Amino acid sequence: MAAGWQRWLAGAALALLVALMAFPFYWAFVASLTPEAVLFREPSLWPTHVIVDHYRALFDERDFWIPIRNSIVVAGTTTLLCVVVGSLAAYALARLQFRGKTAILSFILAVTMFPQISIVSPLYLLLRALRLIDTYPGLILPYLTFAMPLAVWLLVGFFRQLPFDLEEAALVDGASRWQSFTRVILPVSVPGLATTAILTFIYCWNEFLFALSFTLGPERQTVPVAIALFRGQYQVPWGQILAAAVVATVPVAVMVLIFQRRIVQGLTAGAVKG
Amino acid sequence: MTRFAEVRAAPPTPPASPAVGSPVGPAAAGPAEEPRVGWAYVAPALSIILLVGLFPLAWTVWESLHRHDLRMPWLDRPFVGVANYAAILADARFWGALGHTAFFAVTSIALELVLGLFLALALNERFRGRGLVRAAVLVPWAIPTVVAALLWRFMFESQTGIANAVLVGAGVLDQPVVWFVRTATAWVPVILADVWKTTPFVALLLLAGLQNIDRSLYEAAATDGASAWWQLRHITLPLLAPAILVVLIFRTLDAFRVFDLIYVLTGGGPGTSTEPIAVYAFNALLQNLEFGYGAALSVVIFLVTFALALLYIKGFGATVGGGR
Repeated sequence: MAAGWQRWLAGAALALLVALMAFPFYWAFVASLTPEAVLFREPSLWPTHVIVDHYRALFDERDFWIPIRNSIVVAGTTTLLCVVVGSLAAYALARLQFRGKTAILSFILAVTMFPQISIVSPLYLLLRALRLIDTYPGLILPYLTFAMPLAVWLLVGFFRQLPFDLEEAALVDGASRWQSFTRVILPVSVPGLATTAILTFIYCWNEFLFALSFTLGPERQTVPVAIALFRGQYQVPWGQILAAAVVATVPVAVMVLIFQRRIVQGLTAGAVKG
Repeated sequence: MTRFAEVRAAPPTPPASPAVGSPVGPAAAGPAEEPRVGWAYVAPALSIILLVGLFPLAWTVWESLHRHDLRMPWLDRPFVGVANYAAILADARFWGALGHTAFFAVTSIALELVLGLFLALALNERFRGRGLVRAAVLVPWAIPTVVAALLWRFMFESQTGIANAVLVGAGVLDQPVVWFVRTATAWVPVILADVWKTTPFVALLLLAGLQNIDRSLYEAAATDGASAWWQLRHITLPLLAPAILVVLIFRTLDAFRVFDLIYVLTGGGPGTSTEPIAVYAFNALLQNLEFGYGAALSVVIFLVTFALALLYIKGFGATVGGGR
């Protein structure tokens, strides 16, 4: 049976691949529990001198709660704005007939592909003129550039999947489009709205270039910027950096494990179909 | 043929465009009021996108035609026409950065396609724990790129780091390497980190494509005694072409604007030998505060990615279409 051992081989290769993908996380976790002095002396696959000093230093000395708070505020507000405003637009684009609709959709898709760097300079000048550098609105506004098109695009995909007769009864009974949207479509779209919110939040949580460009100091830095700019007095504080990496990874990993089916659906919905 | 036509239509217009998705019929409400309602609903989101996305882009173009140095405000902001672009053409650091970006894109995407295809084929089979594996491979994709960069930087950091320990232990290297002081070795963690982080995304897109392939094709081929390799070459790959095209477009556009990963992993170093165009533009803008020149660099990045997208859609589409 050739197929038998081929299957076995494929299984082993897959297991190896998964182990390789998981290893960097494992290694960072082990290192985050290892004293700085031992870190590069004798790499050992198992933690030998377990300490939690790096985590303590992270929250006591560096006050890592500040970037966490900033990231939650910025990513949360952006996500909320995008889902609320975006769902209205997505509803029209998915379920109403009007001229210019295809052009708008193409435009929105094109905007999701903009290189962020190409709008950093005007946004910087604009935010500076409005005195919004190093503020929450100064991050939320730029974040809308990528989050809004993304949210609209995902939501259009979800609204389209709903059968058309769903609204028909309400509309025949004389409901307005607004009533149909808020009372018929939105209630049945909660899964789609949730998926969109999760993906938008993850994109905002991970964003680096805008957060690096439009903040000045630790008071408004987001998690990725704070981690990237960690500096020690004499050397790179790897223990604390990796502890921070673990802290930044855990919420995202939990979200992915819980919502993986939805995330996969959302990621591939717009991209490949047909 | 129809498949190919859809691919062509895919990036500019949504895959299931209204003409395909709905048989025009069930537009229940009076068609006369739909344009008004439609535009009213789209207006808020659209104006936000225009205001914070398109308007700044136009401003970048305008800025790029000026000499604007924030360190020397007394020079004001004279109009210089295309002088910044002329300077870019003669700028060795720009051409270097473009080369690094292209090298990064080609190497990482090639590896991601091969590994991603393998992963997608594996995930397309039914086996115990498939859901868990799918979730596990998704984690690297979901974490901040900055964190991914730091994890890999740490593994390659010192002569006694884990990468050296493993490679020397396995006999691949005679002695530990100081990875970040030479260009050739500095690329290794960069490429590995990108492959590690992005292969899951590639695999998921390919998996969605695989799931659309009619199973009966394989059954028919198997009854005719076709080998697994033959099935891969003559059924899977041709029918997966649309999904591969989508992956290529997404990944190329992403790779050409790579910033976080290299900024954190090598900082563009040693020297500027791994610096991609986005990092160069960022440095011109926010380190050197040369806003005119930086804006011109940003416009060039935009044009390069835009041209690549068009090239893919036209070029790839034509060969696939011509081949059938």
